[in-house]
Amino acid sequence: MNKFCSQFLAIALLMAVAGGAIAAGADLGQAEKQPTNWTAIGMFAVFVAGTLWITKWAAAKTKSASDFYTAGGGITGFQNGLAIAGDYMSAASFLGISAAVMVSGYDGLIFAIGFLVGWPVVTFLMAERLRNLGKFTFADVAAYRFKQTPIRAFAATGTLVVVAFYLIAQMVGAGQLIKLLFGLEYWMAVVTVGGLMMVYVLFGGMTATTWVQIIKAVLLLCGASFMAFMVLFQFGFSPEAMFAKAVEIKTGLAAAAGNSPEEAARIGDSIMAPGNFVKDPISAISFGMALMFGTAGLPHILMRFFTVPDAKEARKSVLWATTWIGYFYILTFIIGFGAICLVLTNPDFLDANGVLLGGGNMAAIHLANAVGGNVFLGFISAVAFATILAVVAGLTLSGASAVSHDLYATVFKKGNATSESELRVSRITTVVLGIIAVVLGIAFEKQNIAFMVSLAFAIAASANFPVLFMAVLWKDCTTIGATIGGFIGLITAVVLTVLSKSVWVDVLHMADVPVFPYASPALFSMTAAFASIWLISVLDRSRQAGIERGLFEAQEIRSETGIGASTASAH
Amino acid sequence: MSHDIIAARVRANPKYAALKSRRNRYGWIMTALMMVVYYGYIMLIAFDKEFLAQKVGDGVTSIGIPIGVGVIVFTIVITGIYVRRANAEFDSVKADIVKEALK
Repeated sequence: MNKFCSQFLAIALLMAVAGGAIAAGADLGQAEKQPTNWTAIGMFAVFVAGTLWITKWAAAKTKSASDFYTAGGGITGFQNGLAIAGDYMSAASFLGISAAVMVSGYDGLIFAIGFLVGWPVVTFLMAERLRNLGKFTFADVAAYRFKQTPIRAFAATGTLVVVAFYLIAQMVGAGQLIKLLFGLEYWMAVVTVGGLMMVYVLFGGMTATTWVQIIKAVLLLCGASFMAFMVLFQFGFSPEAMFAKAVEIKTGLAAAAGNSPEEAARIGDSIMAPGNFVKDPISAISFGMALMFGTAGLPHILMRFFTVPDAKEARKSVLWATTWIGYFYILTFIIGFGAICLVLTNPDFLDANGVLLGGGNMAAIHLANAVGGNVFLGFISAVAFATILAVVAGLTLSGASAVSHDLYATVFKKGNATSESELRVSRITTVVLGIIAVVLGIAFEKQNIAFMVSLAFAIAASANFPVLFMAVLWKDCTTIGATIGGFIGLITAVVLTVLSKSVWVDVLHMADVPVFPYASPALFSMTAAFASIWLISVLDRSRQAGIERGLFEAQEIRSETGIGASTASAH
Repeated sequence: MSHDIIAARVRANPKYAALKSRRNRYGWIMTALMMVVYYGYIMLIAFDKEFLAQKVGDGVTSIGIPIGVGVIVFTIVITGIYVRRANAEFDSVKADIVKEALK
């Protein structure tokens, strides 16, 4: 009886962990160091050796700024789709969503869906225009007909802020993961990720970054497919049988915790229906908007649209990305239920108190052991760690391009920088960003960073996306309107996040009740951004505004037809 | 040939205006469809959890499972439908416009 009580306690603890994960865009929280896992380390070493060999090949091809930023525009739609999916299928989403499903069942699915639904909107409204107007960064698109200095300064700020929050979350995640997966020290992960990422980006630029991401995406999809297959295999490929077993186990755990049989049955069955994830409609809509439109404003994702040769391939790449990501989320849902059935009741995966070894985020990792033994466990651990490495490389490349292409070449050199000097600045920035990432990763080790990924999405949705959208689609938008409106969106998103529960209460401990009551600021900060871009642009009667409106038609012709769009480089 | 002349030819081509309005209308309709499906799903969760908790048959599977998976499949399918039409029909009209402008 006592053991069952402590198991219930374990579930309650997991609930707290995964609840935080849900609000956060699945972060990894604090982790206990596990025994050193040499199989996983060995497999990761193989991955590193393979990717370094690719980097050597990519380095020979990376000569110009265009090669560095966009792999010379020579990536196919299918390859790019896998790379985008790889950017999106982070370790946090793999481990976090499967853990959330294990704890609360259906709510994990609702969470995953939010991350997927932005992609069609990107396809319908943005993909082709981005490809036709852009060259290296999303600022190229936003600034097409505007005064370069203010809009580039804004876009570079938007990029760097989003990259910084995302990067910190990834670096801290890497440190926590290495303790769990490899049984090594936190700082080793941070330094390994920082060092390897610098090598990929410095020498191999976008070509190496893309191929690292593709390889990782394929490995992750294969590993997750195998796990889901093995889980379904155990239940004769009947989802109903799997769900029934999961409900039975959850009911048993609830009953053992001292609930009456009716109450236990209700708790057990609750994993089949929405629970507390969507508390109030405003939070739900706001969070949905942050995820949906944040996708269309993440600089490291937008940058991938410039790596394909034309609009046709750009569309294909989003279709492939959407397909892989959707498939992956269905797999994580099955994996989460598999974890309920095969991990939660297996004493091998629980410590003396009945708590899942290593914490809630280990659901998928333990399941890997349950269905594939120690070698497969090593494989999944290595892939999960490789995932962080690949995402960090993409983020750094996009941050470096904002500094070298937007700030250095356009703002400081007024467009007169040579390809060589721009490339040199990118590489210096890569090293600087790498060092900053390592320092921040170590500085934030003990901090509660649960809000950072959702803040990155909220800023992307409230600053980058509105400016991009209005600049491309609305004739009367002007430089002043876009720049000021974009900054208003950015500041509103940050301020409201600070005043929300995840920072005001959980990090700053200012009060028990947050000043801003909703889960995400996006509904308000996006409205603020769009409204101010509109209002300021309408009021802008300057001569410059007239010129910019006059240039809209030429921009539109290029965005609709692709005439004049930058093409793949010669090799 | 100067860029202005090409732009003027594109502008003067009735196919350009037709393509622009047809493709944009299609893109917005598809966006609206996606919004209705996703936010409809979220509203259903916010206001009528009981509906999603209903059982499909005699077992434990709730109606929320096929609906949730359905939203994922819908997302992929609607993207596929758009990309198929854009890459075939719209791109061939676009290619004509570009050819006529550059000749």
